[in-house]
Amino acid sequence: MKVKVLCRNPDDYVRETTRDIQRVPRNYDPTLHPFEVPREYTRALNATKLERVFAKPFVASLDGHRDGISCIVKHSKSLSTVLSGACDGEVKVWNLPKRECMRTVQAHEGFVRGMCSRFCGTSFFTVGDDKTIKQWNMEAPGYGVREEPINTILGKAVFTGIDHHHREGTFATCGQTVDIWDEQRSSPIRSFSWGVDSFSCVRYNPVETELLASCASDRSVVLYDTRESAPLRKVIMQLRSNTLCWNPMEAYYFTCANEDYNLYTYDIRHLDVPVTVHMDHVSAVLDVDYSPTGREFVSASFDKTVRIFQKDKGHSREVYHTKRMQHVISVRWSADNKYIMSGSDEMNIRLWKANASEKLGLLSTREKAAANYNKKLMEKFQHHPQVRRIARHRHLPRDVLKQKREQREMKEARRRKEQNVRKHSKPGSVPLVTEKEKHVVAVVE
Amino acid sequence: MAAATPEDSSSTHVEKKSKQKLSKRYWEESKNPEQKSKPEEEPSKPEEEPSKPEEEPSKDVQIQNAATVKERSFKRKKGESDQPVKEDPFPGQAPIPTERLQKFRRGEKHKTPAGAGRKLKEAIVFSESVSELAQKQAARYDLLLPEDAGFLEGDDGEDTSTISQDDIADAVDITSGSKYFNLDLSQFGPYRLDYSRNGRHLLLGGRRGHVACIDWQSKELMCEMNVMETVNDVKWLHTEAMFAVAQKKWLYIYDSKGVELHCVKKFNDVLKMQFLPYHFLLATASATGFLQYLDVSVGKEVAGIGTKLGRLDVMAQNPYNAVVHLGHANGTVSLWSPNQREPLVKMLCHRGAVRSLTVDKTGMHMVTSGLDRKLKVYDIRAFKPLHSCFLPAGASCLSLSQKGLLSAATGDVVQVYKNACGSSTLSKPYMAHRLRGQVCGLAYCPFEDVLGIGHDQGFTSMIVPGAGEPNFDALDTNPYRSFKQRQEWEVKALLEKVQPELIGLDPGQLGKVDRASFEQRHKERVEALGFDPLAKEKFKPIKKKKGRSSAGSVEKRKRKVAHEDQRDVIRQSVQEKMQRQKEVEEKSKEKRELGMKTTLDRFRK
Repeated sequence: MKVKVLCRNPDDYVRETTRDIQRVPRNYDPTLHPFEVPREYTRALNATKLERVFAKPFVASLDGHRDGISCIVKHSKSLSTVLSGACDGEVKVWNLPKRECMRTVQAHEGFVRGMCSRFCGTSFFTVGDDKTIKQWNMEAPGYGVREEPINTILGKAVFTGIDHHHREGTFATCGQTVDIWDEQRSSPIRSFSWGVDSFSCVRYNPVETELLASCASDRSVVLYDTRESAPLRKVIMQLRSNTLCWNPMEAYYFTCANEDYNLYTYDIRHLDVPVTVHMDHVSAVLDVDYSPTGREFVSASFDKTVRIFQKDKGHSREVYHTKRMQHVISVRWSADNKYIMSGSDEMNIRLWKANASEKLGLLSTREKAAANYNKKLMEKFQHHPQVRRIARHRHLPRDVLKQKREQREMKEARRRKEQNVRKHSKPGSVPLVTEKEKHVVAVVE
Repeated sequence: MAAATPEDSSSTHVEKKSKQKLSKRYWEESKNPEQKSKPEEEPSKPEEEPSKPEEEPSKDVQIQNAATVKERSFKRKKGESDQPVKEDPFPGQAPIPTERLQKFRRGEKHKTPAGAGRKLKEAIVFSESVSELAQKQAARYDLLLPEDAGFLEGDDGEDTSTISQDDIADAVDITSGSKYFNLDLSQFGPYRLDYSRNGRHLLLGGRRGHVACIDWQSKELMCEMNVMETVNDVKWLHTEAMFAVAQKKWLYIYDSKGVELHCVKKFNDVLKMQFLPYHFLLATASATGFLQYLDVSVGKEVAGIGTKLGRLDVMAQNPYNAVVHLGHANGTVSLWSPNQREPLVKMLCHRGAVRSLTVDKTGMHMVTSGLDRKLKVYDIRAFKPLHSCFLPAGASCLSLSQKGLLSAATGDVVQVYKNACGSSTLSKPYMAHRLRGQVCGLAYCPFEDVLGIGHDQGFTSMIVPGAGEPNFDALDTNPYRSFKQRQEWEVKALLEKVQPELIGLDPGQLGKVDRASFEQRHKERVEALGFDPLAKEKFKPIKKKKGRSSAGSVEKRKRKVAHEDQRDVIRQSVQEKMQRQKEVEEKSKEKRELGMKTTLDRFRK
């Protein structure tokens, strides 16, 4: 007779000392783990719920300005420094980790209309309602020394925006015309206009650095090449665009924030139809900024909310609002892809997490693994109605909610009317126009 | 494995593996230190190297010091001239046997559907590669499992069923030998029994009221009491801290010290119980024909189903999908889930009443025995009988072990069969054991080679080599867990408690695509809501002022719209008619063209 009976030595399964970690022998045999899918589903549901529970995006509020924030600029080299300009002509330099103002400059009389940081991070430029362009040193002056700009240029008209070249010592301003300036000269080296009386925003392309885009008041977005004497082309839309931002990774895309509550992502190679129409705001969109990864962008709106969109999705994935936040005028996504700064009418700069439920600070390996596992689970079960319902739910201020409903109703009515018109007219005389095509009036070469 | 959680990294085996790898590398280095960077290139290298040793530094990035580089290349030259470089006879990773890979396979491979876009194709390929990697890793890890299953083999001509338990207990080591023991409890029998999920604790319930729980391996008595009532069945709940006792009238819950925690008066006349560990449900079958589910985590009755099938004293659960099987006096077996008032399946299994039934852990096979003295094995995925055999005395109790050994109690004899769930019929028993009284309860101890038998005269623990699963998964069930680990496990298990709504015949249903057609889904929605959300609203004329909403004008306006729908229908039908007519005409035209031809036409030019 040969016999063997299962007999385990407890020493192999129990830790040796109390300081040791517990032994956890595994056996991945599927028959020992029944209900795989239901249990994973339960985990996914729990993970989704916890994600909503931990979604506390508000980090800090920076107060100190005495008027609405008109523009925010990231320091091009330092993550912890942010500059902001207010409607009373004051510019403040902030230290984000300490959440305090490091320096205050009375830069202009009237609004600070635009700001930009030089690519090397040693100085920054401001333009204001007093028709001047001023260059400031990033370093604060010594004790007792007056704040003086390094350089001041007097212009002929009010400047509304400024952006600096990403590699060279030139910058572009906009106002009645789009001007290209050399840092060393006091008059523009080139000036573009295309039958337009004013521009609201100008932005250099981060990759194709000679390319330039601007939003004009005749409802158009104009593209320029600084090496040429005339603008390249423009696309005219139904309503005016306020600002635009280039996608930093795929720099042939730009997104513009429009007065008609939508954002439009365009491919500069095919301007006749936007690639995506991003809807969700219920009032004019005032500012937009891309995340450094180029996968998402954040938008600020007159409806007192900040929304985060995925670059190829038509609706926002996140909405931020607080009771006290008024019309959001400017917004920026931090260069480490973790935070969002929003400046609003009621004189505060707010710091938000880009990912609302993310845990800040150092994570242990197990925390990281758990977070990754939960993320994957949520992705796997995202289409299940229970999971989707929880993941999609956002609390909205009552005004926004009401307006949203109202607008949905209006849209539905418009659709119905168009349908009826089509029904009662000659077949083919009322063509079907897609949502994307609706908003572009013309492309002019 | 889907259950693979972040704790994987803390597993000791992973550490062991990494240690092994390390030592291997050291060993390789000590033998031929030069070959450390690229073993794959070895076969091609030797011819080139003597001719151009200058190239070495550029290849070997890690080396920075030029002097050492020179030294090394010199050494290598020397070494090569002395002896040829050994080639690895088994290059690459060791192959994995296909049957082991098969064990970890989950479903069929995805095929890219015709007309799939680039993105979808990439996503499918990626997910396939990931799941394949997981499967391979799991299969490789299988090699490292520390324990082997037990076995019993007779000498030449020796029948294993004739080997007595005393002989086995003598032949094996002392610890294993002590697993064969008898408890003489002749006063309060016959006994029902239950092992806890990790196999450490044993719960005994004598019909005349004796209830005891024992840590059976150390033979330590945790509690013992007499409930002074008939005990119909006993069952552990999710941990060894609580158990349920079905007494004469009501269901009671006690803790491991024997303190009565609850008396559940909603559950009366319970005869048999089953605990569904992943759902935290206690399913009870009563003498009045009710099947009730108690959620033990919140203490609520989840479902109470009147089966209308008489006294329910035969019950088993399918551990694969948590469906409860009930055997009835008319020879049928019915399958139940808490979500449905009617049985999921009803199958006629025996000509007489069903006496006992059991389901194996993979949920593929069900074994039943009936008053017609037959023992039948069913495939419960196809609901077809596989084979049956005739037992002279008929089996009163059945139980299947983790490894698939079937034990059947016939009178006072317990027989154990191997390969009961295979395709061939039952032949000789693998083991047999005679007891001193009629058997009343049978249960295999999980993760041990032990069969517990409750009978008139007490309890017998019998050694059945090869019954238990040798390697447990400590994140699921750990016989050696500490108090803290148990607490941790309990919290985790409660967090991922599966909702009772998910119980159905196929537990993987949730992971599949819902292919129900729009009509079907719409029908279900209408049923659930009680009205049709997509139905067209009835036209309601707007109330107009200045006397323009007189009954007559409203009626007129209604009539204007009333024709709208009709016109749509008519328009559509006319269009269809035209289409059909056109087709017919075309066909007839073709025919005419063909028909005009005569046989002589072929000679025409």
